[in-house]
Amino acid sequence: MSADFLYGIEVIINGLMAGVLYALVALGFVLIFKASGIFNFAQGVMALFAALTLVGIMEGQVPFAHLINAVFGTSIHHFGWQVPAILAIFLTVLVMIAFAWAVQHFVFRHLVGQEPIILFMATIGLAYFLEGVGDLMWGSSIRTLALGLPQGGSIWVEEMTNGLGGDDFYGFFIDKLDMVATLVALVLVAGLVAFAQYTKQGCAMRAVADDHQAALSVGISLSYIWVLVWSLAGIVALVAGVMWGAKSGVQFSLSLIALKALPVLMLGGFTSIPGAIVGGMIIGVGEKLFEYTIGAPYLGGATENWFAYMLALVFLVFRPQGLFGERIIERV
Amino acid sequence: MDGAAPYVTADGRQIGGVLMDMRGITLRFGGVEAIKNISFDIREGEIRAIIGPNGAGKSSMLNVISGFYHPQDGEVWFRGEQRKPMKPYQVARLGIARTFQNIALFEGMSVLDNIMTGRLTHMKTGLLAQAIWKGRAEAEEVANREIVEKVIDFLEIQAIRKTPVGRLPYGLKKRVELARALAAEPKLLLLDEPMAGMNVEEKEDMSRFILDVNDEFGTTIALIEHDMGVVMDLSDRVVVMDYGRKIGDGTPDEVRNNQEVIDAYLGVAHD
Repeated sequence: MSADFLYGIEVIINGLMAGVLYALVALGFVLIFKASGIFNFAQGVMALFAALTLVGIMEGQVPFAHLINAVFGTSIHHFGWQVPAILAIFLTVLVMIAFAWAVQHFVFRHLVGQEPIILFMATIGLAYFLEGVGDLMWGSSIRTLALGLPQGGSIWVEEMTNGLGGDDFYGFFIDKLDMVATLVALVLVAGLVAFAQYTKQGCAMRAVADDHQAALSVGISLSYIWVLVWSLAGIVALVAGVMWGAKSGVQFSLSLIALKALPVLMLGGFTSIPGAIVGGMIIGVGEKLFEYTIGAPYLGGATENWFAYMLALVFLVFRPQGLFGERIIERV
Repeated sequence: MDGAAPYVTADGRQIGGVLMDMRGITLRFGGVEAIKNISFDIREGEIRAIIGPNGAGKSSMLNVISGFYHPQDGEVWFRGEQRKPMKPYQVARLGIARTFQNIALFEGMSVLDNIMTGRLTHMKTGLLAQAIWKGRAEAEEVANREIVEKVIDFLEIQAIRKTPVGRLPYGLKKRVELARALAAEPKLLLLDEPMAGMNVEEKEDMSRFILDVNDEFGTTIALIEHDMGVVMDLSDRVVVMDYGRKIGDGTPDEVRNNQEVIDAYLGVAHD
C-alpha cells in the first residue's frame, strides 16, 4: 500500500471521529424536534451551560458568587472542596433535568399550539437567557475541563501501524480524545435507542413524536414527555459539552457548535436519530477529505469552515427532507 | 348512582346503573353555543348513541366527555362521583378510551405497537425495573401482551400486525384505532363516527365488532353515527341533538316517532 493511500485512510478515520462530535450536538436537536416540533436554537448554549456547570461543581465554585458578593458585600468564591468527577456529573445531570422542567413549566406550557416560528423565537430568547445565567452563575473565564480524559495522539496506534506503507509512512495519527468521544457517543446512542424501544416512557415518547392527539387519548401527559425529552437533550448536551470542552476549553464560543450541527441536520433530516449520526459522519469525512485532496493543494486551505454548509446547500436542492427524514408529500 | 333500576335487555344483556351522568352541560366557543344545557346519562353495559345533523354538537359532546373540551357550565359525573375539570390524558387514565372521527393513530408505528400504547395506562413498573427487566416488569409485559393478542384475535387483524399503520387502507385503520382503545380495557368506550367513510361491507363488519365488544366484554359504549339505520340497529338508547340542543332521548323506537326529530332530519316547512 502506498503512503498516500494510507494517509487518505487516516484522514477518513479522523473525519469519522470528528463527525461523531458533530452528531452529538445534532442528536439533541433531533430529540426535541421529533417530540415537540420545536427547533431548539438553545441546544449549543445548553452544551456550554452543562460544561460550565460541570467544571464549576468539580472546582467547588460557589454559584452566583459575584451576585452574592455584590448584594451582601461578602467575598466568597469557592467552597474550598473538590467534587469527584462522577458525583459532579450526576449533579450536573440533575441541574439539566431541573432546567428541562423550568423550560416546560415557564415557557412552552404557555405556547402550546403556537406557530413553529414563535416556538423557534422562544428558543432564541432561551439561548441568550441561558448564556446570561451561565455567566452569572459560573463567571466568564475560560476553564479547562479536568475530567482526566486522555489527550493527544495514540502512541499505540501509531506504533502498530508504523511502516505499513513503506519508509515514508510513520503510522496513523489518531487523537485519543476522539476515540473516547466515539466510544461515548456509541454508548449514548445505543442507550437512547434501547430507552425508546424497550421502556414505557420510551414508547410514550415515540407516541408523542408521532401524534399528539392520539397520545393524549391513550393517557400520555404531553408535558411530562416534553420535560423528559428536554432532560434527555440536556444530558446529550452535557456529553457534547464535555467532549468539545475537553478539546478546546470550556468557553463561551462553545455555544457556536450549534451552528456546526445545522448542516448535519440538513443531511440527516431533523427527525431521525440514525440520520444525525450518519449525517455527522458524512460531514466529518467530507470536510476532511475535501481539505486533504482539493482544499489544501488548490484552494489555499481552510475549506473546513464552509464545506459543510455548501454540502448542505446541495442536499437542500436535491433532497430537502435529508437522508433519513420523513418524506414530504403534498397531495394536490 | 341514580335510581335507575338494572334490567336485562331482550337479547339477554345486563344493563346496570348510571355510569356517566352529564348534567346541564353548556359549551361555548366565543359567542357560539355549541352545546346548550344538555343533560343525559349513560348506563353500565349499554350502547348509547348520539345522533343529529351536521353541526349539531355531537363531536363537541364527545370531546367534553373525553376532556378535550371544557364546558363553561354543567357537571360531569362518572361512577357516582363528580369529575373535576381534567386533561384528556387524565380522563384516559380513569378508564375512558376513545376513537376519533378523522383517525388519530401513530402512523410510523406498527399495528402491534399502536395497540400496545393502549396498555400504557396499565403499566406500573418503574423505569429502573424496566431497564433491568426482571420480575414484575416481565410479568407485567406478559400480561399486557396477552390482552393485546386477545384484542388482535377478536378484531381479526392478525395478518397486519407487523404492518406500519401508515400503509393501511382507511377501513383497517379504523379497526386498529378501535383495537387500541379496546386494549385499554376501558369502562367507557367512546366512538366518534366509527363507520364514517366506509362501504357497506366494512360497515357491517364494524357493527358486528361493536356489538361483540359490548356483548363479550360488557363494555359500555357511547357512539356518534350519521347512518340512521346502523344507529337504530345497534343502540339501546339514543340522544338526538340539533343546533346544540337536545331534542330527543329514548329507545330507537321512541326517537324514530318523535316529531321534533323527524323535523330536524327531514326539514320542516317554514311559513
